[in-house]
Amino acid sequence: MITASSEDLYKVEKKDLFASGHRACGGCGQALAARLVADAAGENTIACVATGCLEIFSSPYPDPSWRIPFLHSLFENISAVASGVEAAYKALKKGPVNIIAQGGDGGTADIGFQSISGMFERGHNVLYVCYDNEAYMNTGVQRSSFTPFGAKTTTTPMGNTTRKKNLPLIAADHGIPYVATATVDDFRDLQRKVKTALLINGPKYLHILAPCPLGWGHTGDLTVAICRLAKATGLFPVYEIINGKVANVLKIQEKKPVEDYLRLQGRYRHLFKKGVPVKEVAEIQEIANQNIERFNL
Amino acid sequence: MLKYLEGSHAVSQVVAMCRPNVISAYPITPQTHIVEDLARLVGEGKLDAEFINVESEFSAASVVLGASAAGARAYTTTTSQGLLLMNEVIYCIAGMRLPIVLTCANRAISAPLNIWNDQQDSMTVRDAGWIQLHAEDNQEAADLHMQAFKIAEQMHLPVMVCMDGFILTHAFEPVDIPEQKEVDAFLPPFKPQNIVDPRWPRGIGLYADPRFYMEVRYILHRALEKSEKVIKQVSEDFAKKFGRQSGGLLKTYKIEDADIVIITMGSVAGTIKDLIDQLETEGKKVGLLQICSYRPFPRKEVYRVLKDKMNLLVIEKSISLGRGGILGSDVRWSFPRTEKKDRKISCFVSGLGGRNISINDLRTAVEMVEHEPVELEFLGLNPDIIAARDL
Repeated sequence: MITASSEDLYKVEKKDLFASGHRACGGCGQALAARLVADAAGENTIACVATGCLEIFSSPYPDPSWRIPFLHSLFENISAVASGVEAAYKALKKGPVNIIAQGGDGGTADIGFQSISGMFERGHNVLYVCYDNEAYMNTGVQRSSFTPFGAKTTTTPMGNTTRKKNLPLIAADHGIPYVATATVDDFRDLQRKVKTALLINGPKYLHILAPCPLGWGHTGDLTVAICRLAKATGLFPVYEIINGKVANVLKIQEKKPVEDYLRLQGRYRHLFKKGVPVKEVAEIQEIANQNIERFNL
Repeated sequence: MLKYLEGSHAVSQVVAMCRPNVISAYPITPQTHIVEDLARLVGEGKLDAEFINVESEFSAASVVLGASAAGARAYTTTTSQGLLLMNEVIYCIAGMRLPIVLTCANRAISAPLNIWNDQQDSMTVRDAGWIQLHAEDNQEAADLHMQAFKIAEQMHLPVMVCMDGFILTHAFEPVDIPEQKEVDAFLPPFKPQNIVDPRWPRGIGLYADPRFYMEVRYILHRALEKSEKVIKQVSEDFAKKFGRQSGGLLKTYKIEDADIVIITMGSVAGTIKDLIDQLETEGKKVGLLQICSYRPFPRKEVYRVLKDKMNLLVIEKSISLGRGGILGSDVRWSFPRTEKKDRKISCFVSGLGGRNISINDLRTAVEMVEHEPVELEFLGLNPDIIAARDL
């Protein structure tokens, strides 16, 4: 069980283990999240990172941003690579060490789906952090299975017609001990979840909503506001699943209509004809309502 | 100690004595007996290693990649479709200079689906930056694994030990299995250098832009070339310790005064040697050059032994579709341009998908090239099937 004091868990960590000077866009949710994750995990950590935005903006030879060990090989295999690192530490009787596999939504839920499922099922002591920016941003904003209904990407130019894959619940159904969702606006909550996860032995999954100003079509200064609206509308429920039970659901203080969230982002602009919402907006509201009901937000 | 056992078990027992820390594999015929035996040895506590059962060959290769990057001596084995599925990781392992050892139980490639032996699978990754060593028999397959770890760790290069599927993996024959202390004396513990460890934070697998990428690939190529010396040296050290010749760059048989030299890799060398002995009684001088190290390809050594040989016959179990023999191309490339003109190099694609290569087939090939060289021939084709199906 989780034994750290709540004071330790709720303390915001600032260690600059993911250094400034990397090449992310201004307002990048993933860069912010990666720093929060590294600082929460601390020095005794190995970052295993999948190919994608994070890897590209943080690890050009010879100028990586990481002050903790960093391992990258390919796009779809980071869960298996992290499994191998963990197996090596076990076999060599080294450690303990925090092993954190990290990837974007495509590397996690699409091309890396088999690999992450294997890692969960085998029970490796690895925390997987998914930075969810809801499309393939590194290659120029193409649709992934995390792209929400209605969102425009370069490969869904008329708007995405399918709903987002629910990986946190799929992860939980592997029977792993800890699953959580978080957003980058709430430092304390995000870092508490990283620290909580790292106290638990076995596979853990942390799903972080990480807005992408470039792909979502908003200015960089709106990253935090958009995260807050994602929660206030019910579109991104924030919760934990501890040993299979949903816990610590973040309650919505003041419920907002999805329109407030959609109107801030260029990727949804086509859903408003001369300012009037088209029928897809009602379906997005329905998705939010279902989340609110399902998780009792 | 001489033991009568299956080729797969000769390999698994020697691999276990090499004390790998992490083993990860996905089952595929005809590699399965190797993994099953290693899983048993780990399960029974006879081998202190982590055995990771994965959901695909892609993940098996990725697990050993991660394990090796974290400082473990890591081993995997596969074949055919499994090796093709690993392909992306195979290239990455070499680029990252991880000294992983992989056994390839050589098997044909789909389609059509076929589980029997040829060497098309390892051929598909010949350019990936791995050392590829081909075993002739089960003794050599077992011995090559000891040498493979030593070469890999010395050169920071991955090594693929290729053994013909079924023909070797499932064949029972006497194999001299060493004592643990002999293996320990030959293969020192792995001392990794660049590893992920919080005590020395470093980045492994950074991306390289056009200013750096080409140099990395050049250095990798040079390392492959330099490994020729190490492959030879390790084979010589092995011969001193164990009293038998295994591995090395190449082997020859009755080549000195041969008029025709057959060139091949793998288990078919045995049949060829029998044929050479038969032909000798008939007064025909035929020799054999066996390539053990296919990558790096020992061009200079090949040239040295074939310099005066004008009639060469390549028996190979793979094909570059739309081009022809692959090993044949490597052999042809071994001669300086000025010496290519008068030399006859005949290429016979043989034994694809487990088609038996009989001594009579080989005799036919020799008789053909005695009269006239052939550009490309397929040994033992059934004309009836072709007539019925060829469009």
